[in-house]
Amino acid sequence: MRVADEPVVLGIETSCDETGIGIVRGSTLLSDAIASSVDEHARFGGVVPEVASRAHLEAMVPTLERACRESGVALRDVDAIAVTSGPGLTGALLVGVASAKALALSLGRPVYGVNHLAAHVAADRLEHGPLPEPCMALLVSGGHSSLLLVEDVTSGVEQLGSTIDDAAGEAFDKVARLLGLPFPGGPHIDREARAGDPAYVEFPRGLTSGRDMERHRFDFSFSGLKTAVARWVEARERDGEPVPVADVAASFQEAVCDVLARKAVDACRRRGVDDLLIGGGVAANSRLRAMTEERAGRHGIRVRVPRPALCTDNGAMVAALGAELVSRGRSPSALDLPVDSTMPITEIVA
Amino acid sequence: MLMLAFDTATPAITVALHDGWATLSEHHTVDASRHGELLAPAIAHVLESAGATREDLTGVAVGVGPGPFTGLRVGLATARTFGAVLGVPVHGVCTLDVVALATEVSGPFLVATNARRKEVYCASYADRETRVGGPEVARPADVASPLPVAGEGAALYPEHFPSAVAPEYPSAAVLAEAAVRRTVPLLEPVPLYLRRPDVAEPGARKPVL
Ligand SMILES: [Zn+2]
Repeated sequence: MRVADEPVVLGIETSCDETGIGIVRGSTLLSDAIASSVDEHARFGGVVPEVASRAHLEAMVPTLERACRESGVALRDVDAIAVTSGPGLTGALLVGVASAKALALSLGRPVYGVNHLAAHVAADRLEHGPLPEPCMALLVSGGHSSLLLVEDVTSGVEQLGSTIDDAAGEAFDKVARLLGLPFPGGPHIDREARAGDPAYVEFPRGLTSGRDMERHRFDFSFSGLKTAVARWVEARERDGEPVPVADVAASFQEAVCDVLARKAVDACRRRGVDDLLIGGGVAANSRLRAMTEERAGRHGIRVRVPRPALCTDNGAMVAALGAELVSRGRSPSALDLPVDSTMPITEIVA
Repeated sequence: MLMLAFDTATPAITVALHDGWATLSEHHTVDASRHGELLAPAIAHVLESAGATREDLTGVAVGVGPGPFTGLRVGLATARTFGAVLGVPVHGVCTLDVVALATEVSGPFLVATNARRKEVYCASYADRETRVGGPEVARPADVASPLPVAGEGAALYPEHFPSAVAPEYPSAAVLAEAAVRRTVPLLEPVPLYLRRPDVAEPGARKPVL
């Protein structure tokens, strides 16, 4: 296919607190405009749905204009619109889907309502080219922790496991709060941990013991770890001793990354998959990358991680999945496309 | 000219197309929980049944509430995006004004719509085109009135609003007409939330021990 024949797709992402609009031509990234309401949520210690929804409405048109300006693409040259229709916060998703339908109607182009998790997987096409098929995807963020076997990102994704309580990023946020570090916690824990001893405290590794492995081999649990850190910190405080923030951060991070890397590599080996993709905001964690690459390398498994801007929620990943759907001739969504806050990964296009 | 008008700030999803002289087509559905699904097909339908295309549109008029936030935002996101893509102006109109315009009362009256949580969005009018109070969000008991009351609020709280009058919901045909003839104040397409986001800042950390 000549470059000029590749579809130009505009992608919209509003499932959480980032208003993202990206434009791609095939697997070439043309622009990736983001407006974040993260600062408005910081004082609440987590994303407030109504605050996020209001911010999406205000950011939508300015972000759309910025995406067009930065790509040099006029809207009339867009071949299709893709939008996250789930999973995510209902009110937030609705702003993106309503805007996507208005674009589709006012441009006379098709609209694809797509699965947010599949879009995270597709994002790596923009960085490292076509996805190996099959590949294993470990998606870890404040909203999700999933292990997916991807045969074909446009039609065949199998969920091997997911978190049974908190998402990995949520655990980072809660532990950061416990240690007096700002929201979102991930980057701050990562930074503190560099000066700490990862073996200072042996925190629990959720769902890795014998019986749990039978039932939850590829599932995650971070709630017990979060509680263990809280107990440890409070016991110190009660005894009037200072809390060694760097050491606790490093030990906590070690426990999270150990479980994620262990289960991801185990899944690759069990299912005979040679390529492991890491996505989601937690993929930016330096220890997770290093540990996974080291352990995967021992078994000849290649690790792909897109650059951080493509790991966190963004519109370009939605556009990348949309472009793949157009290229493979998949049917678009109907204009009465609903949002689905719990959209399963077996559904790639709504 | 060709004005596309819609309102999603009440359980009604109402859409109309107006050419400056008359309403060419309209579509009206009532479904409090499916604004996001039903608005776009309704717009496609009114354009098609009037034999118009998107390039013919010269303006958009949208109800800016007050109304339940989720549905309200579907209308505003749609209107703003249409305006940006087509390069046409987007006018906001207070949804309660649209209800008021369609009443058939002489003399003062109220409009009260469903604000959920046992409250109403309320405004008072000297006549159909003259708002003299509100809009505000209030408990029905605090704005109870023997005057005629239009809007869903009258049907929901008859004990406080004993003289209900039509209409129950806004009509986009009336909205379009008002925007074309400028018989009501035209506003920016900014939602009238009237309530702050419902959040509490976290207090002191709760111990787990
Ligand atoms: Zn995400």
